[in-house]
Order: sequence, then C-alpha cells, then structure tokens
Amino acid sequence: MNAQSQSFVTEDGRTIGPTVLDLRNITLRFGGVEAIKDISFDIREGEIRAIIGPNGAGKSSMLNVISGFYVPQEGEVWFRGKPRPAMKPYEVAQQGIARTFQNIALFEGMSVLDNVMTGRLAHMKTNILTQALWWGAAAREEEENRAAVERVIDFLEIQAIRKTPVGRLPYGLKKRVELARALAAEPSLLLLDEPMAGMNVEEKEDMSRFILDVNDEFGTTIALIEHDMGVVMDLSDRVVVMDYGRKIGDGTPDEVRGNQDVIDAYLGVAHD
Amino acid sequence: MLYREAGDFKTSYGADNQTFPIRFDRWAYWVLLGVAFLVIPFVINDYWASSLLVPFLIYAIAALGLNILTGYCGQVSLGTGGFMAVGAYSSYKLMTAFPWLDMISITLLSGLITAAVGALFGLPSLRIKGFYLAVATLAAQFFLTWLFNKVPWFYNYSASGQITAPERSVFGITVTGPNTEAWAQYLFCLVFVVALAWVARNLTRGTVGRKWMAIRDMDIAAEIIGVNPLRAKLSAFAVSSFFIGIAGALFFTLYLGAVEVNEAFGINKSFLILFMVIIGGLGSIFGSFAGAALLVLLPVALKAVGVDLLGWPTDVVAHLNLVIVGALIIFFLVVEPHGLAQLWRLTKEKLRLWPFPH
Repeated sequence: MNAQSQSFVTEDGRTIGPTVLDLRNITLRFGGVEAIKDISFDIREGEIRAIIGPNGAGKSSMLNVISGFYVPQEGEVWFRGKPRPAMKPYEVAQQGIARTFQNIALFEGMSVLDNVMTGRLAHMKTNILTQALWWGAAAREEEENRAAVERVIDFLEIQAIRKTPVGRLPYGLKKRVELARALAAEPSLLLLDEPMAGMNVEEKEDMSRFILDVNDEFGTTIALIEHDMGVVMDLSDRVVVMDYGRKIGDGTPDEVRGNQDVIDAYLGVAHD
Repeated sequence: MLYREAGDFKTSYGADNQTFPIRFDRWAYWVLLGVAFLVIPFVINDYWASSLLVPFLIYAIAALGLNILTGYCGQVSLGTGGFMAVGAYSSYKLMTAFPWLDMISITLLSGLITAAVGALFGLPSLRIKGFYLAVATLAAQFFLTWLFNKVPWFYNYSASGQITAPERSVFGITVTGPNTEAWAQYLFCLVFVVALAWVARNLTRGTVGRKWMAIRDMDIAAEIIGVNPLRAKLSAFAVSSFFIGIAGALFFTLYLGAVEVNEAFGINKSFLILFMVIIGGLGSIFGSFAGAALLVLLPVALKAVGVDLLGWPTDVVAHLNLVIVGALIIFFLVVEPHGLAQLWRLTKEKLRLWPFPH
C-alpha cells in the first residue's frame, strides 16, 4: 500500500479516495507544435481538481485527452488502476466520464428536457425495434430515466424551463443546462471546461455552489479548468498549473500560491 | 375556449410525454382517424382515390422517411427517388418470384431491402456532410435508376423495360392490378400510413430520436456525450430508407400499376419529396403530412380552378404550379425555415391563450 492509494478525510469531512485517473507522461503534438509536454498528474476519487494556467497553456487540450477527443503521441492514461486503450470519445463517455465545454455545446434544436435526457444515453439500453413499437421495456426505461433526469433538474433549479427549446435560453442558464446534461449521466468523473466563463458575480456564486453540492452530495470527482483565481482557490482540493504545455506547479491551493514559477507565469519575469 | 391545458393535470411522466398533451387535440386525432377509417372508405370514388387520397398517403410515407433522415438526423439526401425505385423493384421481384406471398409481407420486405441499400449508401455520411453528402446521395439516385434501366433481370426481361404489377390480394380483397376497387387501395395505404406514422413518433420521442437530433444539432458534442455516430447515422439512413422503400413499393403496386424507372423515380421525385419536407417542416411528423398534402393538392386545385373554372390552357396551369411551388420554397426558407409545422405550432400557442393573451 503506497500513499497514493490510501483514503483520507479532509478538514471539512469529505472522503478523498484512491486515484481514479492517472495521467502518465502525456505528450500531445499538432504537427510541429507541442501542445502538451510530458505532463503527469493524478485525480483522486471525491476531490475537486483544478487545472489552471494562462491562455494557450494546453488546459483544454488536456481535458480533450482525458475525454478521448485527442490521442496523445506519448504517455498513458490510467483509469481505475488500468491503462486505458485508445478509445473513441463515445466509449469514454460510456465509462462514466462526462464533461461540459468551454463554448456551450448544447443541442439547440431540442428542449431542455431532451438535452438533459441525452445525458442518460449510457443508461438506456433498449434496442431500436422495441423503441419503434414502444413496447413495455422502452416506455418503462423512458420513465425511469425521466425520473432520474427530474432529480437533476430539481437539483439545479431549472424546473421552469424544462420544455423550453435551448436556443431561447440566456447564456447563464445554458451553462447550467449543460451541467445538468453532464450530471444526468451520473458520471464518476466530471470534467468542467471553464464553467464560469462570461458569468457575472452572482452567476459565479450560484455555479460554485452547484459544483460544491455535486461533489458533496453525490461524491462526484470533478476536474475543472477555470480562470477566476478566487473561485479556483476556494473550490479546489488540489491545483495543477500549466504554462506553455508544461506542468509548472501541482499541489494544494496554498502551495501553488507560494510557488515562484507560478507567480512568474502569471505576473511575468523581469528581463534584465 | 375548448383549447386549454388548464385542469388537465398529468400525474405520470408517461402522461406528460404523450403525443397530444391537450385534450382537444386527442379528440381531434381520434375523430380524424374515425373519419379516415369508417367514413371515407364508403364514400370514396376512383377520382378522389387516384388524384388525391392515395398519392397523398404514399407521399406522406416518403416525406416521413426523408424527414427522419434530413429533419431529425440532419443528413441531406437527394436520393429519395432512387430509394423509392429500390422499393418498387423489390416488390416487383418479390411478387413475381413468390406469387403466393401476401401484399403486406411483400411491402414490408421491400422496405427492409431498401433499408439495407439505404444503409449502404449512408456509409459516406460518416466522412462527409452538408453539400458534399447531398452530392453523394445524388450519385445514389443516378446509379440506382441506371441500374434498374440497364439490368434486364430487374424488369424480368420484358420488352418494354417497364414493370407491371400483377393482381394480388389481402384477405381475399384485391389490392393491386387493374381490378382494384378505390376503397381497397385507399384502406391498404391508410393502414401503412397510420402504422408508420406511429413508428416514426415512437422512434423520434425516445433514445433513438434524441441520438439523431444530437447528431443533427452538434455532432462533435453528441459523440463526446456518448452517441456512436456510426450507428446513429446508419440507423437513420436505414429507417428512413425503410419508409421510402415502402412508399416506393406502394407507389408502384397500388398507385401506378406500371412503372418506367426514369419517369416515375427520377431526380424530380427526389426534389418533390425534399420540397414536401421543407415546406411541411423539417423535424416534424405533422409537417411531413402537411407538406405532402399541400404539394399533392396544389396541382389538383389549380387544375380545378384554372382549367375547369376559368378555362385557361392546361400547360399554363401546369407551369403556374411550378412557379407557386418555387415561390413557396423561397418563402419558407427565408421566412419560416421550420415550415408549415411551425406555423401550426404558433397558431396552437396563440389558441391556448385566446381570447386573453396576457
């Protein structure tokens, strides 16, 4: 038993479990550009893990590697103690990794309810023939999953806009619907790409509360990218700092805040 | 005042999710079905069947099929005529090879064969989309009609190159061939329309439909939340072609009786059905019916008014029809891209609040 796989209880009473996702020496190139250079870090069960860094540091690329959208040229992704073979994004989703996007990626032509229902795809198994005839199993499955979706809708307080087409919603609500869609999947790992981008202070406070509640009530492991340092420092258990595709810091918010490389990356260095 | 949802409380998710959430709509639906099944068969005559009702029903099936592919899954197709030809020639080969087979099985089997062909021609959709996919399906259209024209096996080596539907019956009632009565023709089509519309509704309200719509609205996000794009697109092509194949089979066996492939299933047919879907409303089952009804009714109504009433020359009226259809397409694309179905939806929303909109 090494220290990595032991569980412990945090000061505020949450249990942080063993490592869920372990990224080992990931390198990602686009042609001659190295977006991610030899980065390793882990995400432990039940924690909120933040990835921060200046623009273009490779944070979103990192998230895309985790969700299977990019395949790194070097390095391995270990999920639940096993190296993960190269897989398509939909297979990653079926393993219980859900995510939201930096630029909202909702299905604009569908209602809020249908959008959130798409989050349940991995839980819905009836075949096309049963669905075509709406036999017992298809109708029953639809109702069971609707009940699960309604719990998420209640949780995120979007009951009133259930049947509204997503295209008509304002930005802040769209962000919340996107979170609902990811939560509906009941993921074991939730990836949030700038959940608070473009929000005002109140919306940020709401979103922070939802993220903490999700982590607290469902024990969901969360990895998030965020630019608002106040939010990051308050929410997260551990922080990874990236700059120009390299990892320059990793640790608790306090450790990271005191790290000279991190301060240099954000504030710049004097050239003399 | 009747058109209200107030007081009509839903107590289960099933009830909340039903096709017609408003009581008045449910009544209207059952009344319409009652009239279609219990009244029209007794009053129908040859003129009404052959000029309006039977083509309307058959085009409605084809429009439903194309709407599943283009309206729900977002894959543009110009191969509808070619797939209808697959349905027609499958039914012809089945009818002549297995004379003992009943018409319901023949029609369903033709649909299944077309579904397989459609899924095959849907393979390019995994790589290309939009205009390029439209061109690829156009290739399917020309290849299929060429195939049925050039390979004599498909038309049983007949001298004329035409196929002619032999007489077949269902439960002792003749439904194909020259001796078919109008009501039998109509009722046979109606049963297929009702059953297929129900299937289309079931598919589009459940998981399968949500996968299709997710692919339509944003394919990359759909894949990341767990939609397998290969299976979603190919299932849309297969289901759509199943519908279109059945429409093609009925078009040949019941409606025309004798078919020459380029004349009946040429590129014009593909466009006609695409226009029905655009005018009726992309992504709407009601829209498929509305579009089919409008484009079947328009030439007949114009002829009745223009030729019979006002005495205009026939060719002028025929061209006028094309002009009006063209104008309608432009109008709907610019003003209301969701077609008649959206207009109907807005009317219903207004009606629910009438007469006190505030």
